[in-house]
Amino acid sequence: MEPLSAIEITGRILYQLAPVWVSLLILFIFSMSFKRRLGLYGKLFDSPIGMIGFGMVMFWVFTGIYGAMDMIVTHDPLNQISGMKNKAPGTAIRGAEEGTYQWYLLGGDNLARDVFSRLIKGAWVVVQIAPLATIFAFMVGITLGLPAGYYGGKLDTFISFLANLILAFPVILLFYLLVTPEIVATGVPNYMAIVLFMFPIIFITVLLNSRYYTRPKLRNPLLAGVLVLAIWLYLQLVSNSGYLVNTADFAIWGLPQVLDFFDIPGGILVVFVSVVFVNSPTVFRIVRGLTLDIKTRDYVAAAQTRGEGPWYIMLWEILPNARGPLIVDFCLRIGYTTILLGTLGFFGLGLPPESPDWGSTINDGRKLLSVYLHPAMAPAFALLTLVLGLNLLADGLREESLKD
Amino acid sequence: MGLFILRRVGVMILTALCLTFVVFFMTNLYPNLEKLAKTQGNFRMSDEAVASWLEKGGYLQSTPKKYLEWVGLAPSYQHVDEEGNVTGRCILPGSDPAEAPSFCGILQGYWGYSSVFKDEVSSIIATRLGLTGFLMFCVMMIMVPAALILGVLAGMREGSVMDRSLSTVAITTTATPEYVSGVIFIAVFSSSAIGLKWFKGTATSAMENPTFENFTLPVITIVLYGMGYIARMTRASMTEVMTAQYIRTARLKGVSFPNIVMKHALRNALIAPFTVIMLQFPWLLNGVVIVETLFNYKGFGWTLVQAAGNNDIELLLGVSVVSVLVVLITQLISDIGYVYLNPRIRIS
Repeated sequence: MEPLSAIEITGRILYQLAPVWVSLLILFIFSMSFKRRLGLYGKLFDSPIGMIGFGMVMFWVFTGIYGAMDMIVTHDPLNQISGMKNKAPGTAIRGAEEGTYQWYLLGGDNLARDVFSRLIKGAWVVVQIAPLATIFAFMVGITLGLPAGYYGGKLDTFISFLANLILAFPVILLFYLLVTPEIVATGVPNYMAIVLFMFPIIFITVLLNSRYYTRPKLRNPLLAGVLVLAIWLYLQLVSNSGYLVNTADFAIWGLPQVLDFFDIPGGILVVFVSVVFVNSPTVFRIVRGLTLDIKTRDYVAAAQTRGEGPWYIMLWEILPNARGPLIVDFCLRIGYTTILLGTLGFFGLGLPPESPDWGSTINDGRKLLSVYLHPAMAPAFALLTLVLGLNLLADGLREESLKD
Repeated sequence: MGLFILRRVGVMILTALCLTFVVFFMTNLYPNLEKLAKTQGNFRMSDEAVASWLEKGGYLQSTPKKYLEWVGLAPSYQHVDEEGNVTGRCILPGSDPAEAPSFCGILQGYWGYSSVFKDEVSSIIATRLGLTGFLMFCVMMIMVPAALILGVLAGMREGSVMDRSLSTVAITTTATPEYVSGVIFIAVFSSSAIGLKWFKGTATSAMENPTFENFTLPVITIVLYGMGYIARMTRASMTEVMTAQYIRTARLKGVSFPNIVMKHALRNALIAPFTVIMLQFPWLLNGVVIVETLFNYKGFGWTLVQAAGNNDIELLLGVSVVSVLVVLITQLISDIGYVYLNPRIRIS
């Protein structure tokens, strides 16, 4: 069969991405028609930059989700087809069987795997980890930053010192220290996961308790229900096949496997923990700064006079009023997390070597870059557009939230 | 001011001690030591052989004690075997144990011996740091003026077409990590597939003889990522200054626009970017590691990757000490500089 021309490749890729286009179209039409009723999200559609950014981000989100459901991919991302090593984009597969896709749309990589399918599958790795890791980092940062800013004093000095300690660490050195197999074998990342994942539970508990503690009849069942669910999820997250920590000479029992419905593969857990760990001090500093600023406002003084508890003031008076800058930073931080994930992949840390994530693929492709461009260029542009989209989105949000 | 600096230096030393302890702890965990023993001895060592090898090297003492020895605040470990031979960190092969100093750590200038490069850690770091220093110098020489000009031009008239387009450029560069822009640059400017071949895709030859051809791509790659952030900070600070009362006064009394920007606005607008530029150093360090790996420029960042990847404990410790110190000192300079440049803080 003949190789495809550039126009045919583009056409076929666009066709392959059809579900994404449809979803994007529906999302945009829906959002545009209800934009006056959707608050800050709706206002985003008043700013062209924000809209472009949002479109780019949602493109990759949909691509990742549909890719995970095997809708867009043309081949198995790990499958090697002989004769397709380093082949140019649009090369037809020789002697392809019935029912398989006839071409490698973006060519083959140095192990004769399909670059296009790996690209799509790589999007899922990012879409899975980056937002979730950023949410966890925000939980940690908020739970520590609010009291540090509100109470000040020794507590503030101590937590700020710890945060500066982590910030003074060159990120790559930290990754190398945390993510090497020897360190993973000692269970250090598991301990860190146990501590870091505790913060969302603390956050939710304090959030609900401070609001409803005057109404024990509502609070007790609510808190009990939420806590049981949260702790169950937490234990599922941190325990792997029945153990919290399982090293050669030491083990801590965790959740029995009967109750454990999902296991996070070791590599992903380590990557996740280290990304959260690196991001949370920065979030802490932002939240602390905002708290210091907002706690001098009149409505905080009013709440204090009313006799509200400190945690109520922090979580229900200060935090909602700090949401603007926090949402903007959230978008930027997802972008930064994506870059960090790429960096980890680039140095071959954490994720398994055959993983289709963009950083690893760029690292594989760069070795042959002077001859074959496509294996490295495709993920490079993917990462670029996603991070650019997030930055533009943050910019649009900042502009729109300043208009109020 | 004196007290302020003193306090900052105190905190800095405390931070440095904590951080190096963390690195020391992480690199001296048992699996790492076991791997070290096996690479140094032989790979088929039994567990007992590993233990006795580690015992001989003093690796089995408690971590705080080992840390103090490594820093040079505690007398160094000495091992006496059955025949009465004394070995230890301070005793160089072939020298008399009785004459060896009892303290030998970082403070005494003994940084250890690299197991991968087979050389003194201090001399490795000195040469590598020199190479990276040159790279950083070139980066700074291009990045700082470019970013400031970009930021000032964009912030001069907020909302103008120039502002919009320059801001978009700045956002795009911050969204392009080094491993993406580097790969794109290599592909466009040095690969045979596109065929421009203006520059070289590796900077290995730049270590002896940096030329325009082999040094441009690494420098530009780092510059691009760092530049956007500084430019945005400069723009933000410039737009703030341009709305100040005294700028309006200057305008109303008829000072020309270029004069307002150059003489009135610029000085105040550059306080914030100064701190940002200093705080960029830790980020640059990251960029340097990526770029040196990508372009195979064997500097400090490349050494970090080699040391970490090959479990070269002493070298990795040395590299971390230097990088942590670089970060902390730049933070200190940034703090002091901020206070010094800002009269409102300096005088009160």
